[in-house]
Amino acid sequence: MISLTINGQSHNVDVEPDTPLLWAIRENVGLTGTKYGCGVAQCGSCTVHVDGVAMRSCAVPASAAIGKRITTIEGLAENGVLHKVQKAWVDHEVPQCGYCQSGMIMAVAALLKDKPKPTDADINSAITNICRCGTFQQVREAIHAAASA
Amino acid sequence: MNAASGIDRRAFLVKVAAASGALTLGFDVTQAAAGRAPEITAWIVIQPDDTVIIRVARSEMGQGTLTALPMLVAEELECDWSKVTVEFPRPDENLRRNRIWGDFSTGGSRSIRNSQEPLRKAGATARDMLIAAAAARWGVAANECRARNSVITHGPSGRTLTFGKVATAAAKIAPPTEVTLKDPAQWRLLGTPVRRLDVTDKVMGKPIYGIDVNLPGMLHAALMQCPVFKGTLKSVDESGIAAMRGVQKVVKLKDAVAVVAETWWLAKKALDALRIEWDDGGNGTTSGDSIRDFLLGGLAAGEAGIGRTDGNLAEGFANAAQRIEADYSVPFLAHATMEPQNCTVHVTGNTAEIWVPTQNGEAAMASAAHTLGISSQNVRVHKTMLGGGFGRRGATQDFVPLAVLIAKEVDRPVKVVWSREEDIRHDYYRPVAMARMSAALDAAGMPRAWHVRMTGNSIWSTLMPTALRGGVDRQFQEGFLADMPYDIPHYLADYAIRNTHVPVGFWRCVNHTQNCFFRESFIDEMAHAAGVDPLEYRRRLIGRHRHAKKFLAVLNAAADRAGWNTPAAPQTYRGLAVNEAYGTFVAAVAEASVGADGTVRTPRIVVALDPGTIVNPLTAEMQSESAVVFGLTAALYGEITIKDGRVEQSNFDNYRMLRLAEMPKVETVLAPSGGFWAGCGEPPVAVVAPALCNAIFAATGKRIRSLPLKNHDLRKV
Ligand code: FES
Ligand code: FES
Repeated sequence: MISLTINGQSHNVDVEPDTPLLWAIRENVGLTGTKYGCGVAQCGSCTVHVDGVAMRSCAVPASAAIGKRITTIEGLAENGVLHKVQKAWVDHEVPQCGYCQSGMIMAVAALLKDKPKPTDADINSAITNICRCGTFQQVREAIHAAASA
Repeated sequence: MNAASGIDRRAFLVKVAAASGALTLGFDVTQAAAGRAPEITAWIVIQPDDTVIIRVARSEMGQGTLTALPMLVAEELECDWSKVTVEFPRPDENLRRNRIWGDFSTGGSRSIRNSQEPLRKAGATARDMLIAAAAARWGVAANECRARNSVITHGPSGRTLTFGKVATAAAKIAPPTEVTLKDPAQWRLLGTPVRRLDVTDKVMGKPIYGIDVNLPGMLHAALMQCPVFKGTLKSVDESGIAAMRGVQKVVKLKDAVAVVAETWWLAKKALDALRIEWDDGGNGTTSGDSIRDFLLGGLAAGEAGIGRTDGNLAEGFANAAQRIEADYSVPFLAHATMEPQNCTVHVTGNTAEIWVPTQNGEAAMASAAHTLGISSQNVRVHKTMLGGGFGRRGATQDFVPLAVLIAKEVDRPVKVVWSREEDIRHDYYRPVAMARMSAALDAAGMPRAWHVRMTGNSIWSTLMPTALRGGVDRQFQEGFLADMPYDIPHYLADYAIRNTHVPVGFWRCVNHTQNCFFRESFIDEMAHAAGVDPLEYRRRLIGRHRHAKKFLAVLNAAADRAGWNTPAAPQTYRGLAVNEAYGTFVAAVAEASVGADGTVRTPRIVVALDPGTIVNPLTAEMQSESAVVFGLTAALYGEITIKDGRVEQSNFDNYRMLRLAEMPKVETVLAPSGGFWAGCGEPPVAVVAPALCNAIFAATGKRIRSLPLKNHDLRKV
């Protein structure tokens, strides 16, 4: 049994310590907004924040997150108010199928905390999530919009 | 059937609905809605508070159907768009009601094309019924009343009633036998940019995809199919998992093994610990080389199914001023939907309930019924949201029978999720294909004769053999038949079918994805041989085709926007391609540069698109961008290779995807010419590779005749 703090709530989770955080979040805690896309840290669908840092949760053992603050897509909006990245995403209608978008949004939210006004080059190197629907053009526009919001 | 398993399905549905706000994303609520308020035609439910529920039979997989199809209804219904919500009717309901919602199949860019008329008529029918109900309430003539924005107004007296007030009465009125549809000039909603209905939920992680389905008491399964296609299971040594926690059962199927456990992660770990022996069924030595040799035989074969023939080839080749010949080839491609294949099944006695992200709910239902040997009536199908489709989840529903066979072995619901590796290694791939081109040019460099010999895996002969006529697979030759835009006096397109043991299927834009590359690259070769500008050459060659005007219009629109006749940025070169697919006309101009180290960059791609009528320009543009990424990913990196009878690739580290840093600026020119309806989701995919490769030729003088580009050394020497 390990204890995880997700979106401000603490959960006792009955998993082996080496269980990827992704599966503990999805299956044991039941928050399904964080997605499985590859399991090998390639696609970023599973991106969450661990102590404010974007991490690909399929490659993080649950035990490594003990005592840390985990934020998932479900916890990004505060008091029912969308995060500025989510707002920009709605304005620019970024999602298509939507499957990769939780991870994409979490990655971008972390980028903007680090670099409030990212250049295109910053975006290119930080946002390496895969989107099979090809929403990249909207993603870039929405990032710039969120940065100037 | 649910009581026995202790599952309260209604509570489950309500929970999902509450979680996702106004939209019940991912789930049907047909029954719930039917209980709430009256249906006015099978497509429309109007509640007393004026909420309009519009039913969408097709699947939403990112292409915007969930918004575009209701727009078709709402235009004629004259309802207030802000009051519209949507739901997916269930395939089994459709069956029970004599397929009142028609076809659920979502593919071939057909959703708008095939739905527009029934949906607009449903809207008009319901509007007439609502007006009739209001007129009856007022005791006035219906033709004195009109509807606008969910309000019915009686002209002479100025009295008004909202739709919600008369919905119950309207539902009892006999539908009119004939309705008049609006002239497109009067449209207020269609053709305007309308925001998608599902975006807010999607930025909050709320939609329920198949992989997110969670039922009380549900178990999870991970599976492995025989790595060699068509092979079978020999034996499983379970000793390694005896002590593993959470494991419920090992299910052995003819050609697959699954572990059922308390969670998917536990199931996956146990699956990896099994020692499995397979019988490769005799295909264990098939490799890329043997497939290549097999196809080369097809290029040279005496026998081939003729798709189109004009004039007399021998006559055309006689006295040619110039002859050019070239062989082209493309590899297998996986769909790699972002959401791996999955399906959740609960089998109880002779009934089953399934939850599945599918492009064809009816096929999923039939496939589950067939697997269990029960009637389709006994299968309840819930379509979830789809994390991408691209054809993977349409004609082939292989994820359903596998899940059904696994679920049959346990008395609880089971969610079967494929690992990414399993998803890449067990697809119905875009076929491997080759083309041998021979052309005779006259003294002016224009083609007198052209022989297009194709070979490769036929989708029809494996998935729908009844479509073959006299052994000819016309889909394999699409783009070289009546849809071939150019005037060639002596022409022959034929195809020698060469089916490998690798399963093939419909991949976004299907055979156009290779044929447009073959055709538009070779036309460029002809233009180069003639010493004529590729745009000018195409303009001269598009002459008598019955759609010549449309081909020329998109070609010119793309060239104009790209500034074809003006210099490109330094070190940047342009290439173009034109095509018609599934009724849509499309052209692209790609701008590319090739670095000294051989790196290809594509800063800009212009697409001109004429699908006849555009329902929602916002989604049309995004589909165009999406299609460009799909086509560009395949052109640059896409390749599934076979070794020892199995797929060598396994995940995104070796089946590479385009990422944001490589994204070109995509400019889409929407050029609907009116009078017909076609789709936007697929057609632009096909023009990307040829436009890009033609630009690379302009940049380097190297003609790319096989994909992907990553296999070519483009360094300057
Ligand atoms: S699932 Fe974690 S990066 Fe793909
Ligand atoms: S929106 Fe579908 S994968 Fe990104």
